[in-house]
Amino acid sequence: MKSVRFWGTRGSLPVALTSASLADKLRAVLRAARGQALDSDADIERFLAAQPFSLAGTYGGHSACVQIDTGGADYVLCDMGSGLRPFGQAAMARRAGKAQTFHIFMSHLHWDHIMGLPFFVPAFIPGNRVIVYGSHRELEAALRRQQEPPSFPVGFDTIFEGRVEFRHLEPGVPHEAAGMRVTTLLQRHTGDSYGYRFEAGGKVLVYSTDSEHPLADPSHTERFVQFFRDADLVIFDAMYSLADAISVKADWGHSSNVVGVELCQLAGARHLCVTHHEPVFDDAAIDAMLAETRRLEEITRTGSALQVSAAYDGLEIVL
Amino acid sequence: MQITTQPFADTIVVVPVGRIDHRSAADLEAVLLPLVSQSAERKAALVLDFAGVEYISSVGLRVLMIAARQMRAAGAGLGVAALQSVVAEIFAISRFDKVLTVDATLDDALARVSDAAQAAYRGRRSS
Repeated sequence: MKSVRFWGTRGSLPVALTSASLADKLRAVLRAARGQALDSDADIERFLAAQPFSLAGTYGGHSACVQIDTGGADYVLCDMGSGLRPFGQAAMARRAGKAQTFHIFMSHLHWDHIMGLPFFVPAFIPGNRVIVYGSHRELEAALRRQQEPPSFPVGFDTIFEGRVEFRHLEPGVPHEAAGMRVTTLLQRHTGDSYGYRFEAGGKVLVYSTDSEHPLADPSHTERFVQFFRDADLVIFDAMYSLADAISVKADWGHSSNVVGVELCQLAGARHLCVTHHEPVFDDAAIDAMLAETRRLEEITRTGSALQVSAAYDGLEIVL
Repeated sequence: MQITTQPFADTIVVVPVGRIDHRSAADLEAVLLPLVSQSAERKAALVLDFAGVEYISSVGLRVLMIAARQMRAAGAGLGVAALQSVVAEIFAISRFDKVLTVDATLDDALARVSDAAQAAYRGRRSS
């Protein structure tokens, strides 16, 4: 495994940057630019690089879709949220007339994780293959259902003509898939979700989204610590604050930055990337959450440092 | 972690010392929740003196959440006092500073929940 690229990082529902939010960013950046020497393009680039990400960028609004660059010719993805559509456009641009194969590992079957498939253009192209992996017995039925009338105008078989295949992954059993060793773990989420541990080329990647952690159960914690053990990167659902996750939003199936840091520290993981951002959070709120998460890691560190990132649409992390 | 308790008039003060982590949180739960039940039944206040707490994990914070819910449901007062700077930051990052009332000192916390408890505390300090 070489790297990971995020195409969708928002939880529950895609969102878009509003005109008002963009205007606020521009005002703040222009205020910061007062008195600065911005005569050359290089000056402008330096100035923008010094601005907070919430002003000079945006976390984006597509729902879950993460690409794993294994170094092989096939494409590998986790989940088919709305981020699958821009990924598909990028794959089409690189197609050069050749047939393409896509391996897609599914965490679960809620809308925000499956809604991209009907708009995944590479699956419309004769000669291409899409292999969908998952531990849900209802995997194929759920993906077919979202394209049944009256929810969608074009049926699954009409649009894909047999190019989409399904492979069941028995939880807890290592499988060889897409050139990697792949193990799934049942997670606590309504309708169940599964975390993924990918191992290849001496690297370990964990994808654990839509997962609630019952703090009163030490055996649950131990299962996840073992699953995260020595990971080079853990992609983790940190949608809510800890207080919300165990009170007003208990049983909503999500976790917090606090639990993400703790599990990674206990597991000896090297890099935590929080994702599945709460759709009501604006860029400044996610920036603040990231700063707090890094500070928590710093003040609670007992061993090696844990790198902490917040995913955004377009972020690439080298493993 | 060590835990002691001290009564001040109608209020119980619980004093944990050390790290409340994934292992020791169960000890806090075993001591605290029976006291919460007793206090809730009597509608008496309970204060946690955190001056000696160096760290608290999510599992420890969960115990505080249970205590806060039970005390709130009973209409009884619950306070946390004298957070060390690291613990204060953990409270802020986890948003537990919005769940629990935090006072700078034990004296402040007792004053908020019970005049009699504050008077007893001050009397014992000066004796």
